[in-house]
Amino acid sequence: MSQTVTLTIDGRQVQAEAGTTLLEAARSVNIQIPHLCSNEELAPYGACRMCMVEIRQGQRTRLVASCIYEVEEGLEVQTVTERVLNVRRLVIELLLARNPTHPTLLKMAADLGIEKTRFEVEVKGCILCGLCVRTCREVVGVSAIGFEGRGTSRRVTTPFNEAPPDCIACGACATVCPVGVIPLKDKAGIRTIWKTDYPLQRCESCGRIIAPVKQLEYFAKITNQPLSHFTEHCVHCR
Amino acid sequence: MKKIKSAAELNALQEELNARLDPNKPCIAICCGTGCMAHGTRNLVERFQQELADRQLTEKISLRRTGCHGFCERGPMVVLHPQKIFYQRIKVDDVPEIIDKTILGEEIIDRLLYRDPVTKEKVVHEYEVPFYKKQMRLVFGMNGMIEPTRIEDYLAIGGYGALAKVLTQGDPQAVIDDISAAGLRGRGGGGFPTGRKWNATRKAEGSPKYVICNADEGDPGAYMDRSLLEGNPHSVLEGMIIGAYAIGSSHGYIYVRNEYPLAVENITLAIDKAREMGLLGQDILGSGFDFDIVINRGGGAFVCGESSALFASIEGRAGEPRAKYVHATDKGLYDKPTCLNNVETWANVPLIINKGAQWYAGIGTEHSKGTKIFSLVGKINNTGLVEVPMGITLREIVFEIGGGIPKGRKFKAVQTGGPSGGCIPEAHLDIPVDFDELSKLGTMMGSGGMIVMDERNCMVDVAKYFLKFLEEESCGKCTPCREGIYQMRKILDRITNGEGKLEDLDTLEWMGQAIKDGSLCALGGSAPNPVLTTLRYFRSEYEAHIIDKKCPAGVCKALITYGIDPDKCTGCHACARVCPTGAATGEKKEVHQIDQEKCIKCGACYEACKFDAITIV
Amino acid sequence: MQEKIAHIIGKYHHDKGFLVPILQDVQKEFNYLPKEALTTVGALLQVPLSRIYEIATFYRAFSLTPRGKHQMSLCVGTACHVRGAPIIQDGIERVLGVKAGQTTADLEFTFETVNCLGACALGPILVVDGEYQGQMTLSKANKLLKKLGKKVATDEED
Repeated sequence: MSQTVTLTIDGRQVQAEAGTTLLEAARSVNIQIPHLCSNEELAPYGACRMCMVEIRQGQRTRLVASCIYEVEEGLEVQTVTERVLNVRRLVIELLLARNPTHPTLLKMAADLGIEKTRFEVEVKGCILCGLCVRTCREVVGVSAIGFEGRGTSRRVTTPFNEAPPDCIACGACATVCPVGVIPLKDKAGIRTIWKTDYPLQRCESCGRIIAPVKQLEYFAKITNQPLSHFTEHCVHCR
Repeated sequence: MKKIKSAAELNALQEELNARLDPNKPCIAICCGTGCMAHGTRNLVERFQQELADRQLTEKISLRRTGCHGFCERGPMVVLHPQKIFYQRIKVDDVPEIIDKTILGEEIIDRLLYRDPVTKEKVVHEYEVPFYKKQMRLVFGMNGMIEPTRIEDYLAIGGYGALAKVLTQGDPQAVIDDISAAGLRGRGGGGFPTGRKWNATRKAEGSPKYVICNADEGDPGAYMDRSLLEGNPHSVLEGMIIGAYAIGSSHGYIYVRNEYPLAVENITLAIDKAREMGLLGQDILGSGFDFDIVINRGGGAFVCGESSALFASIEGRAGEPRAKYVHATDKGLYDKPTCLNNVETWANVPLIINKGAQWYAGIGTEHSKGTKIFSLVGKINNTGLVEVPMGITLREIVFEIGGGIPKGRKFKAVQTGGPSGGCIPEAHLDIPVDFDELSKLGTMMGSGGMIVMDERNCMVDVAKYFLKFLEEESCGKCTPCREGIYQMRKILDRITNGEGKLEDLDTLEWMGQAIKDGSLCALGGSAPNPVLTTLRYFRSEYEAHIIDKKCPAGVCKALITYGIDPDKCTGCHACARVCPTGAATGEKKEVHQIDQEKCIKCGACYEACKFDAITIV
Repeated sequence: MQEKIAHIIGKYHHDKGFLVPILQDVQKEFNYLPKEALTTVGALLQVPLSRIYEIATFYRAFSLTPRGKHQMSLCVGTACHVRGAPIIQDGIERVLGVKAGQTTADLEFTFETVNCLGACALGPILVVDGEYQGQMTLSKANKLLKKLGKKVATDEED
């Protein structure tokens, strides 16, 4: 049985089901909280810290990540306070130091009144939101990529920076990346991702490209169907 | 040894073992803590064994290899019982003389005595040494009385009596009430009330419930947990078993740093022995209560001292913290109710049960009860571990117990709370040491590192040091901690290179607050503290780096030059011999020079000069 | 290699929760974590390689490259820092020609720094092949390196 909770977000009364995050509850009444690492298909992670909001608990207020914090009866939430804005300004400037040109980041910065970062820029592209790694693990279910190292040396990569043995070339990581820094290329029946070439399967009926062979093999394995089930017809000619 | 089946059997065994202790039998207690071992105690033990055997005294004189005594500065050391004669800085060749003269002949060997640097007087007995006099060694003091590898020793001094007591009473809630009434707060850093944590875990729904000992002592400059685990592992076990009983847990873990091999060894042995004797495992002391403990070794990650990262590590993952909007007492290890306390907290538990909550609450300040063990290190005469009642002043610790600053230099700051803490200046040395007073100063109790700094330590450099430390130890998950600390450190790099701007200081303060507010876990949430406290108390030092391009303490390489004071130089050539680049030159017996072009400021000449002739400006 | 790893994993009852201690034991066995060893651990425990690689690169105790014959670990904890560990670090790096965390090309020395060894009273501490050497100085470090066969560029006499 789900239970309904009433709380206040930016002065507005909001009703939400217990277990909903503050980010979702706010979105339901069209209050937009900027965020980068949250995705409804994935377990809450709370790494980018763009979505911080200020909550009141008795006399004290504190900042929490709205993508993780769940609604509570009577909770007072402020999504735009000076403390909140300071964290967001810091976060976006820090991320711009890694990736100073991506439109998504520049737009978020502009919304906070920031044109460029005051920090020394070292272009790395990736902002380490972890969406790719988590999608590969939680949605695709293969764990082909992961993190390497820790602290400032943390990177997203394949094991030993080599061709990833568990990758099915599905390309979900590239699709989900908010700053488009995972290269994926389909050319002449070959998909190149993570510096590795994967043959693409053509539909045995109409000849259109369906998906990487490895991906279809993986589907066959987890659904316990013969591979032919996926290669005989594609969506277009089924 | 035989399995003990009831509290009554345990009491009988304790009495039997205690009766075997002859208070008048001479006993040589050798400190075998890590510090003393590094000073060569292993050879000392062997020599004592051999000399006693040669004289056929093995039966008459006992030799006790104890854990750390705390006064690491003066190791290797022995205490000769029953008189408690204290000999320090002993060499292997002193052994025959100690046996023949002092133990057999009752003659004191003057040169092995400790000399009080203040009064210049020699001290004969351990209890008269100023280092120990002001201490209150309730938890740590037992180290000197037992051999950590012998459970019999612990039993003989009443060990596991507190466990027997709570099992006999049979009221877990009463145990929690006692711990609450005693006012015990977590010794790992945050100072959360232990009783409240136990209660929450007891009340939480879900099973199994876990009890964990956090022995991932990662704060640089702190080693009290190591010395407790090495020196008195059973006290930690006893505390954990009592806690598990109170909470209703049957599964325990000890998460210990792999960098502490002796601690791992001793605690492993202690668990085996306790299990063998029926103090761990099924039906403990015939009470029907089951509890067992597994050891998990860490992999060298400071962040794993943080509870959710520690759980991740035990679960076999990288030590990444999770947001703690649900308490570990509800959802901790494997998402089950978990009570995590650190080594020293657990070791306090038997004491409270034995002596009573009221007695314990009588020690300390209003909101911080009992004692705290600190590692008093850095620029201090008496380095070592000290256990003091809460409420003692920092000045008493630094100047009375610690004996002040070496080489007659001036005190500058004491750093507490590890990388989460801050630097306290002279002006605040008279505050009573407790959880809340330290927080008010912008630092924290932490696990108990107390690093003393003198005028030759640069506070900007110290702040940079901590940021560098945290930069390496940050797990890298959340942006403010991973990128923020890095960028703060780059600003400090610029300042220590003489390229800083005054507005950098405002940026640092602004970033510090936002990083504290925005970080996911306590590591990032407290990471700016060393910068913020040094900015608060030592701002002029930052300004000297920025405006005058000088490092007043003579530390920051880019802002200093090495020179030679012609009045002090004797021409001994020591500097020239050690200089790796040939920058220091001169004819023997004549004043030497340093070629600034060649000098790489490595500090070798400064270290080598015995006449204080090397200048750093 | 397979057998040795299977034996180690058996000691921990194939429990994935002991992945960190298992890798510690594997490293102890082979002096570092060879790639094949990690692949084997993953296969035996049924843990994806990306997870194992993550752990092996997250914890500082692990090394993916062979370590030198002699291990030198300098404590850079706070107590050692304020007593001059950075000067010693610079000195050792200069003599060995490698940075902390690296191994000399001849595989003779691995030099690393440790964020506190918990023997703070003895600072600065240098651990040479498992032996704690307290109250370290530049010249003591140089002497130790010389003893282990390294040429040190000063004309200091012993």
